Amino acid sequence: MSTSPENRDRAFLAWLKDRYPITQFAEWAEHKTVPVGRNAFWYYFGGITLFLFLIQVGTGIMLMFYYKGSADTAFESVRFISAKVPFGWLVRSVHAWSANLMILSVFIHMFSVFFMRAYRKPRELTWLSGIVLLALLLGFGFSGYLLPWNELAFFATKVGTDIIGVIPVIGEPIMYVLRGGEEVTGSTLPRFFALHVALFPALLTIFIAAHLFFIQLQGIHEPEVWQEQPEKRKTMPFFPHFFAREMLLWLITLNILAVLAVFFPAELGVKADPFSPAPAGIKPEWYFLATFEFLKYMPAHVGPIEGEQFGLLLISIGFLVWVLVPWIDRGRHPTITKIVMAAGVLILVFLSIMTYLGWAA
Amino acid sequence: MKFERRTIVNWFVGGSAAAWLGSVIHPIVRFLMPPPEQEAAVSSVKAATLTELQPNSGKIFKFGAKPALLVRRPDGTFSAFMAKCTHLDCIVQYRADKERIWCACHNGFYDLNGTNVAGPPPRPLDALEVHMQGDDVYVTRKS
Repeated sequence: MSTSPENRDRAFLAWLKDRYPITQFAEWAEHKTVPVGRNAFWYYFGGITLFLFLIQVGTGIMLMFYYKGSADTAFESVRFISAKVPFGWLVRSVHAWSANLMILSVFIHMFSVFFMRAYRKPRELTWLSGIVLLALLLGFGFSGYLLPWNELAFFATKVGTDIIGVIPVIGEPIMYVLRGGEEVTGSTLPRFFALHVALFPALLTIFIAAHLFFIQLQGIHEPEVWQEQPEKRKTMPFFPHFFAREMLLWLITLNILAVLAVFFPAELGVKADPFSPAPAGIKPEWYFLATFEFLKYMPAHVGPIEGEQFGLLLISIGFLVWVLVPWIDRGRHPTITKIVMAAGVLILVFLSIMTYLGWAA
Repeated sequence: MKFERRTIVNWFVGGSAAAWLGSVIHPIVRFLMPPPEQEAAVSSVKAATLTELQPNSGKIFKFGAKPALLVRRPDGTFSAFMAKCTHLDCIVQYRADKERIWCACHNGFYDLNGTNVAGPPPRPLDALEVHMQGDDVYVTRKS
């Protein structure tokens, strides 16, 4: 009998088929389809987010080989990574850029789902698990930002954790636990490190699995117009058509990432000093700029409560409404749908303007 | 009132489950809450010398484990405050060009008495007392 590679592959396949339901899997893969149409482009952003997350896991593990998470050593170890470790600057820059692109792509994904009204029945839980994933990604960004222990990160963490402390009743204990004491100190760093490399990745993996499982069970949302005009329905097979396109986009994303990381490497700045004043022009990462800018416009007091509490109350109410959108717009009343869609446009415009103002300030 | 056997069993099992959960969660929560640090009570700190600070300038100094701000006003007198902004915890600084105390994080201003006068800070800065001993500037907690 010939031992050509082809025969060996077949033998291995036969060995697998003998033990696992490979045929069923192949049949399932063959029948999986994706809608084709005007909005099809937006379907790729969930996958791009997943790709960027995989890059984060890879580069994150690599950075952990050199990173030393204490107030005395963190800044120096990141400087060592950037300056001495071969390609250390590249790995760190890819990690930083990939984080930013991931949050950008998850925002694009979320708003595209919103404007396609894909959150509606039966996909409420997909929407909710997506919101949890967004919150986790923002948590990743916030906790990772502190790890180089530089001046900007130090003050961003002070402000960010203080905002949490403003929440009535539970805010102060949470702030205390996050900071590892009353203030942001060297005790805060190992806590953020533990969140960043252990708790958040574990939770994110669970919620990504749930998110994908829901999508797998229900299939990708199809345009509403197809329900009334089934003759317009057009799909493409997931394997290999959609899959190949997604892989091509992953490759393009990787190229964009490489260009950004090489030409705009992540900066390190000045080491944090708990006894120096906040530097002029201090700003958080771009995805927190809108909140930052919005809180700036709050007066010292609004009625009986402090301005920042009032601002946070408004943001919380807005967020809660956003979370509950599948139950607000169920597609039964066209007027409600119109209002919800208009509100979505307003939110997008508001976030863009606030982010721009924060960036330009 | 008559209890069904099932109700009693449900209460017993539910109670046990709650007690078990409590005995697991309690130590976790207590573990995450750091024990309060024993901070030496600071009563008096030498913040600067007279020649160190020109009129219309400021300096951050350590008041125990916390940052504080010593300001030499344009008229040459001193005042001191805890340097923690009452808005969102950033560390404030003296702005000679405005003759005010400034927080860079959200553009908050305090006057030279520590009163919040512009921007988002909701309260005045915590004031400290300044005493002169020869050429040395000492700062103490407000009595």
